[in-house]
Amino acid sequence: MKILGSEITPYKTYLNRRKFIKGSLASAMLATVTSSAFANHDSDLSIYTKNLNENDKLNSYEEITTYNNFYEFGTHKKHPHLNSGNFKPRPWTIKIDGLVKKPQTFDLEKILSNVTIEDRVYRLRCVEAWSMVIPWQGFQLSELIKMAEPLSSAKYVQFVTVFRPEEMPGQQKRTIIWPYREGLRMDEAMNPLTILATGLYGHEMPNQNGAPIRLVVPWKYGFKSIKSIVEIRFLDTQPETSWETLAPWEYGFYANVNPNVNHPRWSQGTERRIGEFKRRETLMFNGYEEEVAHLYKDLDLTKFY
Amino acid sequence: MFSTRNFNRSKPVLFILIMFPSLLWAYQFVTGNLGVNPIEKLMDELGLMALRLIIITLMITTLSNIRPLKSIVVLRRMIGLFAFYYVCLHFSTYIVLDHFLDMQFIIQDIIKRPFITFGFISFLFLIPLASTSTNNMIKRLGFKLWKKIHYLIYPVAILASMHFYVLVRADKTEPVIYMGIIILLLLQRIFKKLTRPQLAQ
Repeated sequence: MKILGSEITPYKTYLNRRKFIKGSLASAMLATVTSSAFANHDSDLSIYTKNLNENDKLNSYEEITTYNNFYEFGTHKKHPHLNSGNFKPRPWTIKIDGLVKKPQTFDLEKILSNVTIEDRVYRLRCVEAWSMVIPWQGFQLSELIKMAEPLSSAKYVQFVTVFRPEEMPGQQKRTIIWPYREGLRMDEAMNPLTILATGLYGHEMPNQNGAPIRLVVPWKYGFKSIKSIVEIRFLDTQPETSWETLAPWEYGFYANVNPNVNHPRWSQGTERRIGEFKRRETLMFNGYEEEVAHLYKDLDLTKFY
Repeated sequence: MFSTRNFNRSKPVLFILIMFPSLLWAYQFVTGNLGVNPIEKLMDELGLMALRLIIITLMITTLSNIRPLKSIVVLRRMIGLFAFYYVCLHFSTYIVLDHFLDMQFIIQDIIKRPFITFGFISFLFLIPLASTSTNNMIKRLGFKLWKKIHYLIYPVAILASMHFYVLVRADKTEPVIYMGIIILLLLQRIFKKLTRPQLAQ
């Protein structure tokens, strides 16, 4: 698998690297935030780029952190970057409940000390027909699921975003039903491509990108990759998800990137890669067909979109 | 009390003010200062400006019913033509920059996606309005027929606001405000017709 991070960083080394970058980030933040302000990345950019396909180029830190859909901080792309300054991602806990051996609440630090943080460079395809290439740091969701010890009756996993209207101004308005909810089938959740990301470009996860911990499911439209997760539930029935609840004729539970199934608002046949002028063809399962197509061999993808 | 002359005098200033955003966005686009997704941004800004100008032309007619502002109507043609100017820029951004003249794709897009259908019909309806905007055309057509053609501004405004409404994914506040204003302006016209039928043209 070309995309899988071959660069596996032990957690301690990773933390040290993170500390170093954090220090220089603080001073960089004082200046105007431009991609060149993060020059310290340039030295080890090859860590990320060596896993790239020849057609893909990394998007800059600035692009990834100033153009976001995170309605908890507002509905414009620039809102999460502008409005997330008061969000406090630490301390953080994740509640595990539903069909598990023992419902419990994990401290994020405890989770992180039990997993391996890896670099994963993934394409992210938004349902609005734009895309980016993002160097995440994180660990496989399957590792956390093993810690959670779900019962054999658990067929689905539901995720819930934090609800803090005082820190997330977008939540003061009922644009969607808070808190944001997402879900995966168990086999999707256990797939090695599915990660919980805690950083990008070697930084701790920026608030606007879903600090401190978010899901990344690279073969599905971006809205499936739920941010700032505080609760994970194991269920035997398909959970409700936020966008599907809001507009079921537009968004399905599966939301697999599929150029052949159109959305009423956006043709999904092409996409604009941020930073590029001309649109490019959208790939089946966002180019991860080899890794995930088998999950859906018995599913009519035009019906279960 | 404002005279026709007052309003006519303000025209050059208004012209520059309304023209300015398009030049600014064009400059920002060329110099790479329109943000991370410049084509989307350009299209959004141009479209929003067009919709606002369409609403302003409707407002001008309503305002001209107020006696001291009667002459404001002399500004309507210029603003209407600017609305058409921004719609044309918006539409060409979509055709040229967003889809690179891929006509097969664009035709499918217009047919299949209701919000694009609304926007496209709205654009088509604006063409007869813009092309009959000269004094000469009013004379040639006769005021009555000319006025009938220009009733097209109502479907134009409604379709344009629907185009925006359907596009927005979740927070529909802004398009709803525009729709509300349009409905109020239409109600004012109906009310006027009903209460003073003898004055209707």
